[in-house]
Amino acid sequence: MSEFREKVRAWLAENVPGDEDLESAKRFQAALYDAGLSGITWPTEFGGQGLTAAEQQIFDSEVANYDLPTSVFRIGMGMCGPTIVDLGTPEQKARYLPPLLRGDEIWCQLFSEPGAGSDVASLQTRAVRDGDEWVINGQKVWTTVAHVADFGALLARTDADVPKHQGLTMFLIDMRDPAVTVRPLKDMTGRAPFNEVYFEDLRLPADAVLGRVGQGWLAAVTMLGHERVSIGGFVRKRNDPLAHANLAETARRFGRDVDPVVRAELAKLYAAERALVLFNTRLRQEAEAGTPPGARGSVAKLAGAQLMQQAVAVAGTIGGPRVTAWDPDDAAGDELALAINQAPSSSIAGGTDQIQRTIIGDRILGLPREPVLDRDVPFRELRVGTQRPA
Amino acid sequence: MQLVLDSEQQQLRSTVRKLLADHNHLRSVVDGDETYDRVLWKHLAGLGLTGLVVPEEHGGAGAGHVERCVVLEELGRALAPVPFFASAVLAADALMALGDTEVLPALASGEKIGALVVSQTWGPSAVTATERDGGWVLDGQASFVISGDVADVFVVYTSDGWFVAEEAQRKTLTTLDPTRGQAKLEFAAAPARRLDAADPAAVLEKVRDLASVALAAEQAGGIAKVLETTVEYAKVRVQFGRAIGSYQAVKHACADLYSTSERVESLLRHAAWVADNAPEELPLAAAAIQVFTAPACFEAARSGLQLHGGIGYTWEHDAHLYYKRAKSSELLFGGQDEQLARLAGCLAEGS
Ligand SMILES: Cc1cc2nc3c(=O)[nH]c(=O)nc-3n(C[C@H](O)[C@H](O)[C@H](O)COP(=O)(O)OP(=O)(O)OC[C@H]3O[C@@H](n4cnc5c(N)ncnc54)[C@H](O)[C@@H]3O)c2cc1C
Repeated sequence: MSEFREKVRAWLAENVPGDEDLESAKRFQAALYDAGLSGITWPTEFGGQGLTAAEQQIFDSEVANYDLPTSVFRIGMGMCGPTIVDLGTPEQKARYLPPLLRGDEIWCQLFSEPGAGSDVASLQTRAVRDGDEWVINGQKVWTTVAHVADFGALLARTDADVPKHQGLTMFLIDMRDPAVTVRPLKDMTGRAPFNEVYFEDLRLPADAVLGRVGQGWLAAVTMLGHERVSIGGFVRKRNDPLAHANLAETARRFGRDVDPVVRAELAKLYAAERALVLFNTRLRQEAEAGTPPGARGSVAKLAGAQLMQQAVAVAGTIGGPRVTAWDPDDAAGDELALAINQAPSSSIAGGTDQIQRTIIGDRILGLPREPVLDRDVPFRELRVGTQRPA
Repeated sequence: MQLVLDSEQQQLRSTVRKLLADHNHLRSVVDGDETYDRVLWKHLAGLGLTGLVVPEEHGGAGAGHVERCVVLEELGRALAPVPFFASAVLAADALMALGDTEVLPALASGEKIGALVVSQTWGPSAVTATERDGGWVLDGQASFVISGDVADVFVVYTSDGWFVAEEAQRKTLTTLDPTRGQAKLEFAAAPARRLDAADPAAVLEKVRDLASVALAAEQAGGIAKVLETTVEYAKVRVQFGRAIGSYQAVKHACADLYSTSERVESLLRHAAWVADNAPEELPLAAAAIQVFTAPACFEAARSGLQLHGGIGYTWEHDAHLYYKRAKSSELLFGGQDEQLARLAGCLAEGS
């Protein structure tokens, strides 16, 4: 086992690139693949390494020392790929999985729409059968990495005459098709890591369906399960300016480490961060012993988001005015501001804090569900988002 | 690092839980004149739990801190009114660290109850030691001594080092937490035995680290129990035609209780494992655990009480007992200010 750690450590020291453009990210991912470090726990028949969670854990703890350029692959590796493993045909697996693990092809997840975020089953993008083909029309929004994506997992409505969860189908689509328009959408940090995506008569072959026609909700739930594990798995990056160790360092640089309030807040942050890291370790140990985390991934997701908000508060206490204004040449100032501005996304993306709490209450604690108004009503007759379905 | 209990440890948990279900006379202590449950104490002693971490050659079971924490979690869940924390944790840990063999067997067997006498911020107590006729005597007052009202043996930390004494005038204090007694002690030329230690202060540090972990175990048990009873209640209590647990305000508060409970348990499994396997990491783990756990436990107890509505505010309901225990535990040994300063100190040292 320590052999594997040595291998990872040596390889990373040698290969992690300094710059972050797309081409170097792709080269880096391919090199990871060639070194046998991509898809560590994936089956070998799909290009994975067939190793155990223990190796994955070692890899995660080693990469925490670096800022890897691999975030564009996260949705493919963490969500779309595992869902294709679960539900794909042999042809789909053979076609999509190896290039995904090599980083040759980037994936995005096309679920959310302006009228359907938390309530994703109320989406309105339509897929209509035309002979052997499907014709897609509609709009998605907040689609992370769509501007660089080659493929996407699209959730669309194939039947508006049945209740909303029953009329959905998942498709694997080519984002480079001219019928797909991607418009960058600026987020609150001023960058545009996500997008609006429009479909105008996008034609798909019958074998673009992932899983079965009308079973799109099952596919979505499968993917959302992978999403929570992938987000909640949570390895605090050493270079995250809001991680305890880095905030403590910032406090020292600013000469604020002697202030008793700063010391107390940093101590609380340390304890909360440890609690979450140890919780994730415990989940992994339980999984290895045969108890999968299930909905408990929601605890990690929720606690991670709360930790982020706590860290923002501590950053403010440490920095004071230095968080409000800094020399334009000061990269550290920019980094901290970016982290503060990114923090709210952790409470929204991948299911809001409220939705996570509801999942914990319903699925873990077994509390009675809220009365449902729309389960048995044909989608056509529902109110969705801020309007009626088209 | 092992954060999951093995089957023997799970077995220990069920045994203790069953024992407490059958023999915990919580209400007779809360509503009576005694500050502890003698019968339950005998049962615990009978199972060898009072000397769980004491080495076998001194009459104990020679188990580890993971096991002791399992027992403490159950005692905390049940709010068992026994002097376990004072005797089997504080006093026993001090005596073990000091290499005493005289009193330890009696504490291990549960035949005698021990208490630790230190200052409120884990410094030397205000008790003074004087050498007289080839022996030592203790003088002075000490307050807030946990289970000092029922203890037979006092392990006293003074600026002259460690002593064991058995004679003190005691005044039972009225306590916020009716499940754990405290006393004011007065030593007047009380004969004492000196316990030599190369570094008396280091002994105290170790006792304090282990006490932080042990207290967190009690607190973890308390949170788990509050979660369980609150969720059960939210499923059956109906208002406005629906079970209250179906309202998001209630459901989400329960989810937060769960999230707290899971994270506290994670810190606890780690700290207990560290105590047994990586003592050099104990000061940091022990400092961190109280910073997270003590306020979380009080918030859990407060929230659990709130979610029970008016019933939760009644004397008959146990919610107030968890609330009082949690607040009292949060304030032990200098409270959060002291815990935060300690953790900040550890972090500054480590950097
Ligand atoms: C950075 C980022 C990246 C994203 N990337 C993607 C992506 O790649 N692909 C994709 O498909 N989507 C993506 N999303 C969309 C994301 O999944 C949704 O924004 C999210 O699920 C919330 O939906 P919404 O924005 O419509 O908010 P709404 O659902 O309208 O929620 C508004 C508020 O109401 C609350 N609320 C809603 N329903 C309930 C309820 N039942 N009970 C209690 N409270 C409720 C919410 O918690 C929230 O506070 C991304 C979002 C962000 C911020």
